[in-house]
Amino acid sequence: MSEAYRYIGKATPRIDGEEIVTGKAAFLNDLKFQNLLYGKVLRSPHPHALIKKIDVKKAEQVKGVKAVITHETMPDWKNGNPPIRLLDKKVRFVGDAVALIAAETERIAEEAKKLIEVEYEILPAVLDDYEAMKPGAPQIYENLPGNLLPLGIPNRKWATEIVTGDVNKGFEEADVVVEEAYAYDNIPGPGFPESPAAVALWEEPNTVTVWVSNHKIWRNKHELSVTFGNDVKVRVIGGACGGSYGSKVMSIQVQCYAAALSKATGRPVKVSLSKEEQLSTFVLRPATRLHAKVGMKKDGTVTAIAGSWVLGTGYYSMTTQVQLGVGCGEAMIAVRCKNWDVKPAIVCTNRNASGIVRGFGGQELKCALIPILSHAMEKLSLDPFEVLKKNFVKPGDGYYWRNAEWYDYRGIDYSRAMDEGAKVFGWKDKWKGWLKPTAVKGAKRIGVGVGIHGNADVGEDVSETHVRLDNDGRVVILAGLAEHGTGQRSNVVKVVAEVLQLPLERISISPGDSMVTPFEWGPAGSRGTYAILGAAIAAAEDAKNKLFRLAMPMLGADDPKDLETSDGIIWLKSDPQKRIEWEKVLRFRTVLGYGRFEEDYSLSNCMMSFVELQVDTETGKVDLLRVVNATDVGQVIDPHGLQGQLYGCLGSAGIDSAVFEETIVDPTTGCILNSNLIDYKWRTSAELPVIDNVVLETPIDTHRFHAIGVGEITTSPGPSAVLMAASNAIGQWLHEYPVTPERILKALGKIGRNIQKKEGGR
Amino acid sequence: MYSREEKPGSMACAGKSIIGLTVNGQLYKLEIGAEAGKVDPSDTLSFTLRETLGLTGTKESCDSGACGACTVLMEGKAVLSCMLLTVECDGKSIVTIEGLRNPQTGELDILQQAFIDHTAFQCGFCTPGMIMSAKALLNENPSPTEEEVKMALSGNFCRCISHYQVIEAVMDAAKKGR
Ligand code: FES
Ligand code: FES
Repeated sequence: MSEAYRYIGKATPRIDGEEIVTGKAAFLNDLKFQNLLYGKVLRSPHPHALIKKIDVKKAEQVKGVKAVITHETMPDWKNGNPPIRLLDKKVRFVGDAVALIAAETERIAEEAKKLIEVEYEILPAVLDDYEAMKPGAPQIYENLPGNLLPLGIPNRKWATEIVTGDVNKGFEEADVVVEEAYAYDNIPGPGFPESPAAVALWEEPNTVTVWVSNHKIWRNKHELSVTFGNDVKVRVIGGACGGSYGSKVMSIQVQCYAAALSKATGRPVKVSLSKEEQLSTFVLRPATRLHAKVGMKKDGTVTAIAGSWVLGTGYYSMTTQVQLGVGCGEAMIAVRCKNWDVKPAIVCTNRNASGIVRGFGGQELKCALIPILSHAMEKLSLDPFEVLKKNFVKPGDGYYWRNAEWYDYRGIDYSRAMDEGAKVFGWKDKWKGWLKPTAVKGAKRIGVGVGIHGNADVGEDVSETHVRLDNDGRVVILAGLAEHGTGQRSNVVKVVAEVLQLPLERISISPGDSMVTPFEWGPAGSRGTYAILGAAIAAAEDAKNKLFRLAMPMLGADDPKDLETSDGIIWLKSDPQKRIEWEKVLRFRTVLGYGRFEEDYSLSNCMMSFVELQVDTETGKVDLLRVVNATDVGQVIDPHGLQGQLYGCLGSAGIDSAVFEETIVDPTTGCILNSNLIDYKWRTSAELPVIDNVVLETPIDTHRFHAIGVGEITTSPGPSAVLMAASNAIGQWLHEYPVTPERILKALGKIGRNIQKKEGGR
Repeated sequence: MYSREEKPGSMACAGKSIIGLTVNGQLYKLEIGAEAGKVDPSDTLSFTLRETLGLTGTKESCDSGACGACTVLMEGKAVLSCMLLTVECDGKSIVTIEGLRNPQTGELDILQQAFIDHTAFQCGFCTPGMIMSAKALLNENPSPTEEEVKMALSGNFCRCISHYQVIEAVMDAAKKGR
């Protein structure tokens, strides 16, 4: 396909490449501000307590301290679902914000922090999701009995369950019915390298500028506007973002701290969390516990799924309800089934909040659902590859999406990509049947597994782009985008260059600044390729059309269709000698093209991951040996960027959340015990598995380049595949993530059964 | 305030009122003290590079020796600048990511170019540290095997998982550098 294009599908350098490799790329902490103050956050040592008294006098007297804010003096700003105060009289997890300090230097702010005297009334805490739902459990919010959060989103139609068909009938039709409980509740963190940070400048009476490290500038502006009230003018500026994986949308709290301190001092204030603060107070993956019954026929048809899905969100929720809706839709995309009755609940506990991480609800649900389906497949001796392939959404099927609307799927059949992946992996040879190792070498056993994921958020929400043709023949793209690693900004430049047939060097893209760019929901749910590029393409086409209309009289054309352009020259198709440079057409004017993308949930992406791992039955260690990711992207836009996203399957709470990653909360104190990069385990380059990425290009009905994004979902199919592979390797069902040596040895009966006893929880 | 000199001058050593650091070939004389622009005895090298000298190409991520984001070269070897006190680096020669391109021609180092050619980064936050670790490896071992590259970079945290493309880039740079 790519041969037809000048840039699309070809490797082109990232537009910020030189800045990145020379250290010039400016992340938030690299920006310089005049008169800057440094903000710090005093945090609660208790998981649940009331602030009886707070005395800030000593702290305020420290030379260089400019402001100290407590719940008594904090503006009454609220956010979340339901909205809660940013500084409250009650603290709800170890690390909850108690006071904010702004000072001339970080050291002074740190010193002053220690001088704040707080008297707490300690309340009983609850850390386990099931315990929190029981009668008599400590209540985290007065108005949320049972610690259950409202489902859905205020004032919007939103999916809150999967209920369709008749499950009783479905179970009757089944050849086998299984009932199982699985959890994916090791709450790994997104773990981005650049800690959450923001600088805010509040100019009285009502203007605030916030420099953010966030990939979603306009969403950020929207959330801040809602929090501050509409009489406040908010401008958000986002530069290079050092990793997000979706989660930095939740930086809103940090931004509000900076804004409050700036409002109090009249000076710009930076709040930049330490790595420990990030890992212990910033969002984690939501916890999932699924108890479900599934019915399956001998041919792998799923006849019914019924159960309860409990999502643990920690003390707060901003997006968990959204993730729930998307997770439900993604389950329907992955499992064609006529009869569903899955009832979710969102529960809060006294740990830090859960929020967005790649996989967004669907990874959470599927990590429990696929293992339960696997039990049915085992009973029927079915090959999981065949069953997952058969059950993934096909043209003619449909699903309820997050807005609770039904969508007829109009995408492609991904079976070919799956078959190709299986071939490259060697699935047919390696699959030996359920709970059977692929190979045994002494104490070491090899096992294989497979997982799948698809997301219709590829077409979520709104994007707008302006493409401005300047009178010097150059092009400026106005797009509300910050680069966070996917190469999105470069890809926007690329598609505009393709539409306008211009050298890449003639095109620049504006900084991500809400004051100069049109609305852009920002990268999320792999929407970049369809939605963001869709708006950019439309804007470039609009600009080109307007340019042609200006050129028509100069070239004696009657219709823009009579003209063609390349490298800044326009000519008459019927008489290519009749030509004119853009500069001459534009002279003393600019042309502004506008493009808009509106939501479309009738397409889904797809990724299937195959994993091969080795279990050492003596030590319990699991080594991931190989991963094959199979997908069809319609048309590759940028091959290197795509490979990068696919390799990303390991990190950001992806595959490794099944191998070794977990956040460990002390069940008695509520403290996170591994909130540093030594104790929080991460994969090093010394232990990389082989990864093969199988990428097909079957044109998909999106925009003129027929491409669909997959970046967000690459973390998602792997974890359940790891659980399957490890279970096969040792010949025992493993029920918990990650597959630590303890769990392996326990399953093998080599260590006591009382380790990590967990009647639903940590 | 610090003063810049073209050539190394004499350093006050015993009294330690001033220390000298050569960074990217340029000598900086830095006064010891708590005021802005001076070096506090508790300042880390990464802090001095970033905040005092304005060389923000070196990143701080964990600030505790665990992630490699702050890697710079000291006397040609990779060190974690967040784990060194600046006062300990008196008289040392340091190269940061800003010092890799040829100061005369402005040309990028072979490694930097290879990182661009292979898009060996995603968010790019870990990249300066990755490149400096790779540079130290190639200084010592111009023709490493892939295994040696993996080992040399194993202290560099990359959450985006740029490793696969980084390894390609380093192998490519090693080939071109020979
Ligand atoms: S910042 Fe120095 S090792 Fe992490
Ligand atoms: S490229 Fe993002 S952490 Fe390495």
